[in-house]
Amino acid sequence: MSAAAAPVIEVHGLNKSFGDKHVVIDLALQVQPGEIFGFLGPNGSGKTTSIRMLCGLLTPDSGSGTCLGYDILKQSGEIKRNVGYMTQRFSFWDDLSIRENLDFVARVYQMPRRQEAVERALEHLGLAGRAEQLAGQLSGGWKQRLALSACMLHQPRLLLLDEPTAGVDPTARRDFWEELHRLAALGISVLVSTHYMDEAERCHKLAFIAYGRLLVQGTAAEVVESQHLSTWSIHGERLAELSEQLHGQPGVDQTVVFGGALHVTGRDAAALQESVQRAARAAGLAAQPIDTGIEDVFIHLMNESGAAQRLRAE
Amino acid sequence: MSGRDFFSVERWWSVVRKEFLQLRRDRITFAMIVAIPLMQLTLFGYAINSDPKHLLTGVLVEDHTEFTRSFVAGMKASSYFDIVEELPNEEAGRAALARGRLQFVVTIPPDFSRRLLRGERPALLLEADATDPSATGNAIEAALELPQSVAAKDLVGPLAALAGGSPPFEVRLHSLYNPEGITAYFIVPGLMGVILSMTLVLMTGLAITRERERGTMENLLAMPLTPLEVMSGKMIPYIFIGLIQVSIILVAASAMFHVPFEGSLLTFYCAALFFIAGNLAVGISLSSLAQNQLQAMQLTMFYFLPNILLSGFMFPFQGMPAWARVIGEVLPLTHFHRLMRGIMLKGNGWSDLWTDVWPIGLFIVVVMFVALRFYRRTLD
Repeated sequence: MSAAAAPVIEVHGLNKSFGDKHVVIDLALQVQPGEIFGFLGPNGSGKTTSIRMLCGLLTPDSGSGTCLGYDILKQSGEIKRNVGYMTQRFSFWDDLSIRENLDFVARVYQMPRRQEAVERALEHLGLAGRAEQLAGQLSGGWKQRLALSACMLHQPRLLLLDEPTAGVDPTARRDFWEELHRLAALGISVLVSTHYMDEAERCHKLAFIAYGRLLVQGTAAEVVESQHLSTWSIHGERLAELSEQLHGQPGVDQTVVFGGALHVTGRDAAALQESVQRAARAAGLAAQPIDTGIEDVFIHLMNESGAAQRLRAE
Repeated sequence: MSGRDFFSVERWWSVVRKEFLQLRRDRITFAMIVAIPLMQLTLFGYAINSDPKHLLTGVLVEDHTEFTRSFVAGMKASSYFDIVEELPNEEAGRAALARGRLQFVVTIPPDFSRRLLRGERPALLLEADATDPSATGNAIEAALELPQSVAAKDLVGPLAALAGGSPPFEVRLHSLYNPEGITAYFIVPGLMGVILSMTLVLMTGLAITRERERGTMENLLAMPLTPLEVMSGKMIPYIFIGLIQVSIILVAASAMFHVPFEGSLLTFYCAALFFIAGNLAVGISLSSLAQNQLQAMQLTMFYFLPNILLSGFMFPFQGMPAWARVIGEVLPLTHFHRLMRGIMLKGNGWSDLWTDVWPIGLFIVVVMFVALRFYRRTLD
C-alpha cells in the first residue's frame, strides 16, 4: 500500500433529496486503501443515504465519483460485485439456516469452491456446530456477526458497514472492532458508520456529518485540532448544578457531565479559563485544563450544526 | 451490459434454491397449496353442481296397477328418488314444489295402465323443481330411462310385443323455474382455472413485497442479481405448486364429480403450464407494483374479480355484452376455461386449441415486460 495508491472511495458534490427534504448536501469523501474510515453523526443525519449512494442502491441527484475505481453512476454492477455492504437492519433471511444464508450468498457471487468458502466462514464465525439453526433464532450479536461474515464471503476489497454495532453488547462490539482491524491489516478498506463515540477513536480517519452536511474529516487528532477548542475538567460532587451555572457564561460553549467530572469546552480559551476558575472557586472545587477529547468535539459540532440548522430554517 | 451481466444461470439458480428452501419452511403456504384446491372444489363443486341422491319425491297415483307400482319401485331403486308422500291431488303437488318441500312430483294419470296395454304409449308426468338444475339433472336422466327398464322387466309373455322398439310409455318431463340447465361437467373444469388464478397470483404477489417488508430486499438489491434472475427465480417453485394443484383437481374432478377426460394428458399439462406461467407473471408484476403485502393482496383481488365475473365461469360468455366480452378475451382465465373444457370434455387436440393458446402467450409477454419495467433496481 503505497501513499500513491488510488483512493478506494472518491466522491464529490453528491446530493440527494427525498421530496423537499435535502438529505445529503454536497458530500465529498476520500477513503484510502486499508483505512478504517468512521462515518459519524446523529440519527437522521444522512449517513445511511450516503452509504447507499456509494454502493449503487440510491442514485444521487447530482455529483459524481468512484468506488474502487468504478463510476458510482454507471458501474453499479461492478461495484456490487466487489463491495461488501452490511445493512443497518439485519437483512439476511430469518427463515433460512445459517449455512443456507451463506450458501445463497456464495452462489449469487458465483464463487469458485463454494462449499469450502462456506465452511471456512462457519468455522471462522464459530458457528460450525449450529450451522443448521435458522438465522432468525440468533441473538443480536450473532446476527451481526453472521451478517459481517456473509458480506465478507465474496472477499470484497471494500466494506460498507451501516451502524453495524447498533444494539450489540459491549463485548460483542469489542470483538467486532478487533475483527475490523484484522481485516484492515489485510488491506481491506472499511467505511463504517456509527454514533458510538468510543468507536470513533478506533477509526483511522473520521468524518462527521449532521443535517446532510459533512462538517469535518481527518484523523482523530486532526479533527480535534481543527476545532480550536479548549477544555477544562472539574472534579467533585453536585456537578449538575455547577453545569447549570456555567451555561451561558462568557467563553463557555458547552458543559458535559462525565460521571465524576464536568467537561467545560469553549473556543475562547481566555474567557473560558476565567469563567471556569471563578465557578470552581465558588463551589470549592478544583479545575484543571485537559486535552479536548473527540467526544467533546462531536458534541460541540452537533450543537453548532443544530443551531445553524435552526437559523437556516428561520 | 454483457450477457453475463444480464442473466447468469448460476445466480438464477441461487434464487430458485432460496425460494424452495423458504417455501419448505412456510407451513401455512404449504397447507394452502393442498387445502385450497380441495376446499374450493368441494364447496363450489357440491354447491353448484353435485350428484345428489335421495331427492324428496311425492307421487300422485291415480291408477294402481302392477305397472305403476313397478314404475314407482324402479324410481326408488335408482336411489335418486325417495318417495316420501302420497299426494291427494295436483294442487298439493304444485304447492309442495313451490315451497321446496318436494323436489319432484310424479303424476300417473287414471287410465295409464289401460292405455299402455292398448299400445297407446301413454305419458307420465315428472315435475321437477329445477331451480338448481344441477341438483336435479342426474335424477331426471335416471327417470327418463326408467320406461325402458320397467318395460323390459314387466312386459313379458303376451305383452312382450309392446316392449319391442320404442318404449311403451314415456316420461314427460316438466322442469319448473329454470328450464335450461348448466351441467356439472361445465363447472369443474372452470374451477380449475379459478383455483389456480386465486392461489398463484396471490402467492407470487406476495413474493417481492415480502422481501421489501422484511428488509431483505435491500440485501438482494445490493447483490449482483439482475431483475430477470430475481423474478424468474422466484416464479419457478410456484410452477411446481401450480402443477401439484392441477393434479389434485384433476384427480378430485374424476373421483368426486366423475368429470370425463376425453383428451390427452400431455396436452392437458401443457395447457396448464402455460396458464400457470400467465398467472405467475401477473402475480410477480403486481408484486413489483405494490409497496407492501397489503397492497399486493388488494391488487390481487382487483385482478381476481373481473376474472371470476367475465371469464365465462359465472355467467355464460355469449350472454355477456360486447364490452364485457372484449375484457374477457384479454384474460387468460377465459381462454383456459375453453382449453380445459375442450381437452377434458371434447378431447380437442392442439389444432383446435391453438386459438386459445396464443392469447395467453401474448398476455404473458406483455405482463412480464411490465413487471421488469416496474421492478425497482434501487431503493429510490
